[in-house]
Amino acid sequence: MSNDAAPGAAAAAAGLTGTRTSRAAEAAGRGVVNFSLGLLILAAFWWLGGYMIAMNPQTQSFAGFGLVQTLQSFPELWQLGKLQKAIVASGYRLGGGMLIAIAIGVPIGIIMGRSKRFRDLSNSAFQFLRMISPLSWMPIAVFVFKAWDDSIIFLIAIASVWPVIFSTAAGLSKVDPAWFKVARNLGATPLQMLTRIILPAISFDIFTGIRLALGVAWVVLVPAELLGVTSGLGYAIKDARETLAYDQLTAMVLTIGVIGYALDTICALLIKRFSWHRGDA
Amino acid sequence: MSIRGVNINIQGLGYRYTSRGKPTFSNLMLESKRGEALAIIGRSGCGKSTLLHIIAGLNRPTEGTMHFDDKKIEGPSSRWVMMFQAPHLFPWMKVSQNVGVGLGFAGWPEKEKRERVDEALRLVELQDYADTNVQDLSGGQQQRVALARSLVMEPELLLLDEPFSALDAFTRASLQRDVRSIAKRLGFNLIIVTHDIDEAVLMADRALIMAGAPGKIVHEFEVPLDDPRQRQDPAVQAMRARLLDAFHSAAQVAGAPAEENPDQADTESSSVSQHA
Repeated sequence: MSNDAAPGAAAAAAGLTGTRTSRAAEAAGRGVVNFSLGLLILAAFWWLGGYMIAMNPQTQSFAGFGLVQTLQSFPELWQLGKLQKAIVASGYRLGGGMLIAIAIGVPIGIIMGRSKRFRDLSNSAFQFLRMISPLSWMPIAVFVFKAWDDSIIFLIAIASVWPVIFSTAAGLSKVDPAWFKVARNLGATPLQMLTRIILPAISFDIFTGIRLALGVAWVVLVPAELLGVTSGLGYAIKDARETLAYDQLTAMVLTIGVIGYALDTICALLIKRFSWHRGDA
Repeated sequence: MSIRGVNINIQGLGYRYTSRGKPTFSNLMLESKRGEALAIIGRSGCGKSTLLHIIAGLNRPTEGTMHFDDKKIEGPSSRWVMMFQAPHLFPWMKVSQNVGVGLGFAGWPEKEKRERVDEALRLVELQDYADTNVQDLSGGQQQRVALARSLVMEPELLLLDEPFSALDAFTRASLQRDVRSIAKRLGFNLIIVTHDIDEAVLMADRALIMAGAPGKIVHEFEVPLDDPRQRQDPAVQAMRARLLDAFHSAAQVAGAPAEENPDQADTESSSVSQHA
């Protein structure tokens, strides 16, 4: 019957996949080299800065900021349990805030993407709220919530909900409307439309929004923990500064960077995993 | 795969996009017998695609009724499936997942679903592509996947909205032949909306020409040609010429106010008529 469905084409498609795999491996190898080289350069500058501070009698007391001293402080921080406690406390607040942001942001984003009326109605209010600095909500949060933890979770949620909403809505507005028609035609219920068509179609955009939100949340978390609370990475930095333990202070800053980078990498991998757009993989 | 067609009975069908707007068409009558392949030909804007969407249950008519084997049609169903101009496959799914998506919506067990999908893929000769990403397929292959996605539902009626117009001539000819032969073999009805006269001659048992604003069926032709139909066959060419003449005269009807030409409607068959 047909002439365009020759079995050879399947092999060609497999060949195409093979070429793509080898290109991906090559790109991954290049990525590892660039990653290591970039970190080495950064470490070299850090070491040089620390060496110069340590050699200068006027700045010698700040030698704890140096690379070697910072790395040496980690075992002590670990043994004292300071590091684990700070990570757990900050992780709890970050996780709580992000979960709320996703739980609120994705449905609102979907409604925004599907309903022009809702989009028109909500646009000015959302843009107005989005432009308010998250930390300026702090006095209100402290007033409304009894626990400091809840206040910080609120701040993280309000800071990170906007990227999730707008990215989800933008993703949905790009979805081919014919997919909904096809799904309806094949008997999809509203729930199946959501779970099997809408969410897979916009998963790339949702994870992109979460990635942006995570960056914002991480930036908000540390200054929020400088106020009031007695746990978390922000508090640990403040505590180290007050006890003049500069090596521990820098170790906490380094930990923030490492965790932030790891979370961003996980998001990037999820985006890649769920992306169906050609060229993203 | 066991498929059977339906007797279609459409009475007084009308549609307006807005409540105060001009009707796209009104009081339209159409009948089609079980297993028949019906082509609706017309220029852009005459309402033929809207009519097809209404028959598929995707749009609600503003007046009239539709019955398939005495069952009143009021919404979409997997028993009457539509194939669109573009395949509109879901790019995050493999070929087999795209084909089986409707069965998934209907809650079919995985094993039975896989068997039905394999069978549908064999029908469209894409069995070697089950695990291929649909984005790696050619336009013709993608349209075949869309056809398999429709066939796997074992529809009683397959509605085609200019489904091959975006394809190259060779792929189009191959799919036109294949869809008709599969429909005849399995016994389901076809309604094809097209502005391609050749497509109507090659695929249909009966062709209706729709024209005017509001749209009306102005001509009807039986297409009693043997299968397989070849474009260069003199009988096909003669049928094509007849349809083309009718198409041109319909265009003249479309140019004049509809109510001034109530007698233009050709009523060669009693199964189709227009009451303006």
